[in-house]
Amino acid sequence: MRTARVPIYLLAAAVLAALTVLAFSLGRYPVSADELARLVFAKLAGTATGLSPNVESVVLEIRGPRILAALLVGASLAAAGTAYQGMFRNPLVSPDILGVSTGAALGAVLAIFLSLNVFMIQALAFAGGMGAVALVYWIGSRLRGHDPLLSLVLTGVVIGTLIGAGISLIKYLADPYDQLPAITFWLLGSLATVAPHDLEVAAPLALMGLAPMLLLRWRVNLLALPDDEARALGVDTRRLRVVVVTAATLVTAASVAISGIIGWIGLLVPHAARLIVGPDFGRLLPLAMLIGAAFLLVVDTLCRTIAPMEVPPGVLTALIGTPFFLWLFAVSRRSW
Amino acid sequence: MLEIDRLSFGFPARTVGRDVSFSLTAGEVMCVLGPNGGGKTTLFRTLLGLLPAHGGEVRLDGRRLDQLGRADVARRIGYVPQAHAGYFAFTVRQMVLMGRTAHLDAFAAPARRDHAIAERVLDSLGIGHLTDKVFTEISGGERQLALIARALAQEPALLVMDEPTASLDFGNQVRVLERIRALAQHGIAVLFATHDPDHAFLCAQRALLLAEGRMLETGSPAEVIRPDTLERMYHVSVRVMPAGEGLHTCLPVLTPS
Repeated sequence: MRTARVPIYLLAAAVLAALTVLAFSLGRYPVSADELARLVFAKLAGTATGLSPNVESVVLEIRGPRILAALLVGASLAAAGTAYQGMFRNPLVSPDILGVSTGAALGAVLAIFLSLNVFMIQALAFAGGMGAVALVYWIGSRLRGHDPLLSLVLTGVVIGTLIGAGISLIKYLADPYDQLPAITFWLLGSLATVAPHDLEVAAPLALMGLAPMLLLRWRVNLLALPDDEARALGVDTRRLRVVVVTAATLVTAASVAISGIIGWIGLLVPHAARLIVGPDFGRLLPLAMLIGAAFLLVVDTLCRTIAPMEVPPGVLTALIGTPFFLWLFAVSRRSW
Repeated sequence: MLEIDRLSFGFPARTVGRDVSFSLTAGEVMCVLGPNGGGKTTLFRTLLGLLPAHGGEVRLDGRRLDQLGRADVARRIGYVPQAHAGYFAFTVRQMVLMGRTAHLDAFAAPARRDHAIAERVLDSLGIGHLTDKVFTEISGGERQLALIARALAQEPALLVMDEPTASLDFGNQVRVLERIRALAQHGIAVLFATHDPDHAFLCAQRALLLAEGRMLETGSPAEVIRPDTLERMYHVSVRVMPAGEGLHTCLPVLTPS
């Protein structure tokens, strides 16, 4: 199995690259692989591209940022889901288990309700996500005398419900003609409005979260053991858990700030990757990120091409995710 | 190597045991006997540093346990928990490699050397054929041996085993006891808990009787495992009989109801 390691990643990376080129060539203004290569080369070399300004603006202003955002958000949500599933020793956990998504949604919905600008919507979404998890973690770690993971998950569920009630209240109070559609659109998630400046803010934050996960990726395996065992093997599980939770939250909050809430990826992709390389987090994480990026890229490309109007990606991920998950459940053995 | 001096131990809100003192040197095997709830597991968790001591002192190689970091402890003491099924389908190799954690940098993954150590300990326990099997799919006895392998991959001077023979069939119990004796002959100190006094007779030089958190007696198994001590701990009648070659065995006496 160890020898199969490199080819799998190479294969996944090659598929991802091919899908990226394909994504550029689909849509109202198709950009061929040749044009794309010339543009990238010219930009790197600092010379003129010789392409029509139309093509240039499609690549640099519209489709490029959108495709990059799909890759980043897909990889991020998959990474966060993989980390949480390993850490909580539970295959049904998704990145929003500790309330990141609902917290972010509350922030964004509040910003829309207060008619704040797009930047503030993203900023409040990010702050809401981080804040919700900080609150859950703080309460969960104060509930002594229980299994720390169980306290954390239960606190997450309870706080998530409370935040959900807050969102419902704002929806109820929101202007039904103007604000409510914007709120609903945001809650469904979309990459349609991604602009270059979205990436400038969120991408560094997401990368800041991905870096420690990638660096610690082997050690994170030990969080899947009972706590006592991991500590007896020499790991300060409390500190490692704080690092992983913070990293995964940062990554998820940054993703949600870019794209709104896109469900299923963080739940589904880790399973798909685990089927291929097994549960070793060191191998699982990179593959899950590649698959997540490819999956959201495909979904988003379908969203903007299959119908005259944009289809929310959350609808497509659910349509793909539900049968996949049931199939997985039917064929999987006792263990994951 | 391990010195325990008038140790009190327990959970944050409740002291379970007090005044436990003993020491252990390289190559020595000590067996802890005692009823359920007598404090065996809590004692082990305390001397692994997983629970803070309530009083007294644990010293490891002359240094106080609470001054050692988690990795420092893990390089000296290997812990063998009771076999469990695990959550994810790690292979036995991956499980055993986790024993190398304390020897690795935080950002590092096991290198060739660590794989070699993992393979070596698996072979030494006679379970090399399980290396690439899935941990959740092997038998309970095989899992117990794999967990012993993981603890040995830590290259510890002391092995702490919490009821390593519980839930094993007769053959596997004997195999684990044989491993314990062989490890001691290689200079590793072993501290293990068991519910079967015969296990102490078979492979321990010393026995510690622990009931209600107190040391009842400590000494050679033949000295301290007697009908009266067993009756005090377990509240049942037991006969202790010679079994030849200097060995003894215990047989309970059933009282008619």
